[in-house]
Amino acid sequence: MKSTILAAIAVCALSIAGATSASAAESIKAPAQKWSTDGVAGHFDRAQLKRGWQIYKSVCAACHSVHQLSYRNLVDLGFSEAEAKAIAAGDNVPAGPNDAGETHVDGQPIMRPALLSDKIAAPYANAKAARAANNGAFPPDLSLMTKARKGGADYVHALLTGYKEPPAGFQLQLGMNYNAYFPGYQIAMPAPLVEGAVTYEDGTNATIDQMSKDVSAFLIWSAEPELENRKRMGIKILAFLLVFTALLFALKRRIWSDVH
Amino acid sequence: MATEYKNPVLRWIDYRLPIISMLEHSAVSYPTPKNLNYWWNFGSLAGIVLVIMIATGVFLAMQYTPHTMMAFDSVERIMRDVNYGWLIRYLHVNGASMFFIIVYIHMFRGMYYGSYKEPRELLWIIGVLIFLTMMATAFVGYTLPWGQMSFWGATVITNLFSVVPFVGDWIVQWLWGGFSVDNPTLNRFFALHYLLPFIIFALVFLHLWALHTHKSNNPSGVEIKGDKDTIPFHPYYTIKDSFGLGVFLLIYLGFTFFAPNFFGEPDNYIPADPLVTPAHIVPEWYFLPFYAMLRAVPDNFIDVFGILPIIISAKAAGVVVMFGSIILLIFLPWLDTSKVRSANFRPVFKWFFWLFLLNCLMLGYVGGQPAEGAMLTIGRLCTFWYFFHLLVVVPFLGKYERTLPLPESISAAVMAKESK
Amino acid sequence: MADHTTTAGHGAPHGSHGDEGDSRRDFLLLSTIAVGVTGAGLAAWPFIDTMNPSKDVLALASTEVDLSPIGEGQSITVMWRGKPVFIRKRTPGEIAEAQKSMGGDKDPQADDKRTKKPEWLVVIGICTHLGCIPLGQRTGDPKGDYNGWFCPCHGSAYDTSGRIRVGPAPRNLDVPPYQFTGDTTILIG
Repeated sequence: MKSTILAAIAVCALSIAGATSASAAESIKAPAQKWSTDGVAGHFDRAQLKRGWQIYKSVCAACHSVHQLSYRNLVDLGFSEAEAKAIAAGDNVPAGPNDAGETHVDGQPIMRPALLSDKIAAPYANAKAARAANNGAFPPDLSLMTKARKGGADYVHALLTGYKEPPAGFQLQLGMNYNAYFPGYQIAMPAPLVEGAVTYEDGTNATIDQMSKDVSAFLIWSAEPELENRKRMGIKILAFLLVFTALLFALKRRIWSDVH
Repeated sequence: MATEYKNPVLRWIDYRLPIISMLEHSAVSYPTPKNLNYWWNFGSLAGIVLVIMIATGVFLAMQYTPHTMMAFDSVERIMRDVNYGWLIRYLHVNGASMFFIIVYIHMFRGMYYGSYKEPRELLWIIGVLIFLTMMATAFVGYTLPWGQMSFWGATVITNLFSVVPFVGDWIVQWLWGGFSVDNPTLNRFFALHYLLPFIIFALVFLHLWALHTHKSNNPSGVEIKGDKDTIPFHPYYTIKDSFGLGVFLLIYLGFTFFAPNFFGEPDNYIPADPLVTPAHIVPEWYFLPFYAMLRAVPDNFIDVFGILPIIISAKAAGVVVMFGSIILLIFLPWLDTSKVRSANFRPVFKWFFWLFLLNCLMLGYVGGQPAEGAMLTIGRLCTFWYFFHLLVVVPFLGKYERTLPLPESISAAVMAKESK
Repeated sequence: MADHTTTAGHGAPHGSHGDEGDSRRDFLLLSTIAVGVTGAGLAAWPFIDTMNPSKDVLALASTEVDLSPIGEGQSITVMWRGKPVFIRKRTPGEIAEAQKSMGGDKDPQADDKRTKKPEWLVVIGICTHLGCIPLGQRTGDPKGDYNGWFCPCHGSAYDTSGRIRVGPAPRNLDVPPYQFTGDTTILIG
């Protein structure tokens, strides 16, 4: 029994060590933040998500796509269907071939206003166009960013607020910006957030820290729209299983009582 | 021995196809040692997880598209638009990790209690074949989402086959269906991923057939001698296995609902890009010990091992060591020369067993780190110890260890324990 | 070596606690089984529901159509749930013809039961015989003897209300569920 417990502890210790093993540290670890989605009772703060959407739309969407999201998903943020439709109609997406079979007229693609069922319009037609407009750098799609980086939303928030003067002796390449949290410390994107860049519709003060938190929370939702539902369901199911397992244990003890 | 069933329907069926008496014989009245501990739960648990994996897998396959241009997006569609798609996907991905945890514990149980010894050698070997097939299934399955790790992991591992003399490069091209990992590779990996679990299913059937031939081993390692040693599988082990299933589900669903990406790699949420290599290519955690062994072999093989007439590249040696570590397990019943099965009565072997387990965990940790510096040295030591344990320690101890006196029988062992 | 008898000797369970113990065990057993069955049912539901139409499919379940570009006597074809839908702005002559009778003998139906506004006919453009798409949408298409649509596959002819008049088709062209969301916009489905 003792050796079993010792074994279990050893296994746990090594697995936790293994799971949190750092990759080669070319940047500082992002400090942990508190998000409304954290923990067993994690949920979305929809007011914050709406603010985050506003940041994405007015600051980030110029270069970054979120092509896994559709306009109809915005209803999850608290917009009504009519509001979401209006947001969609404000964007243009490539239209299919017209009756003459053309997708372009005079070298320009034929566009149409977006519908709820369309994916959110991307700023560039393709990866090469994105690179051409950004000195060869590719602004990655943001739909899954908080799942695609170690540190998740903590990392995104740290990055957005991590722009500073390079330390003495640091060789900053041409066109690059110093960021304390980006691997390698040099990032092609200039600091995207400026104090007061947007006026929040709900009146919240638009500091850089606030805007960064809001857009990071929006990106959590973008990567994991099922999060709230998943955690709520999880609580119910685990509670059920606790009861069921307790019943099974009692039944096991009862049935085995004549063998022990 | 057709038992007369009272129910006329059961009688009608059983007379024509004795499936009901077969079920009764193998899962109801089946005599099982009365002293099995909870380490014996992991076999049935593995079977249940196999069924869960096949069920979730089939429903995922209804929505997944195995084409490089659509695979990643089809998985995202499952996560976002398909009803309960996120649940089925997370069940499948975490089920795979659970499957390996369970099977590793199941294998270590076998090693501790000598369950691979006569007359259960084939049972053990079939088990090793199941493990190999599981590894193949997991490998091809991981490429399907077509993320960065999917693509690059597939590239690294398929490239290993080039070490085969003369035909190595042709084999790699044949596996790829092209000149690099691309659409033909993905499509055939999907076909194989759907097929292999059913091969596992057939192997499990053989595994259970072999098990039922000589019945289960037990913690004392002393064989069943009579009725007093056993109890019927139902209700004793049906309820114990059900309880174990409940505990397992709490852990499994705990991960699925609250930490669904704990076992995963963030890089796999980036769509595959053949022009961008990730900073650190790592396989899924359950392959890490073997990955460590693969990378452990020094570049200059001759320098370390003295004289070798044949120059064998470090890459080839790594492949041989990696696959060899699993193939070697097949010979364990003959490597272990001890007359005593259970480590409970082999005090010296017991300590070496725990050391071996710790060694494997260490190999797993090393496999997740970059192969340089202290980690490389530790990886080499641990790889060496893995083989030393199996090829030297185990045979030696079998011959020279002074074992503790065995109980007369299982029931004697149970009564001795109860009277304490 | 244990033998194969159906009762495994000494280890068989027996109610050693008497009646009260048995009924307690029964209650425990019954409640465990009940909870287990409930759990299994709850677990089965996601697997069944996952095969139902997904959210992206449902998003395309309705199609909004702007009717303003369609002139009198013109027809357009729109896709709805993977099927062609004929929308025609009928001329007064066509309306009069449609309202004159109940249509064919096989499927008599009044025109005002098939339209919400008399000048707008909205029907699914699939022949009710074996599924071909009838001709009549383009100028120059044969419209059949009843000036509506003509199916070239087996010769069914539909009138200006889309009703079957001649030929093997058993039913009138189906009218999809739709409503006017404005004077010149409809929502199909």
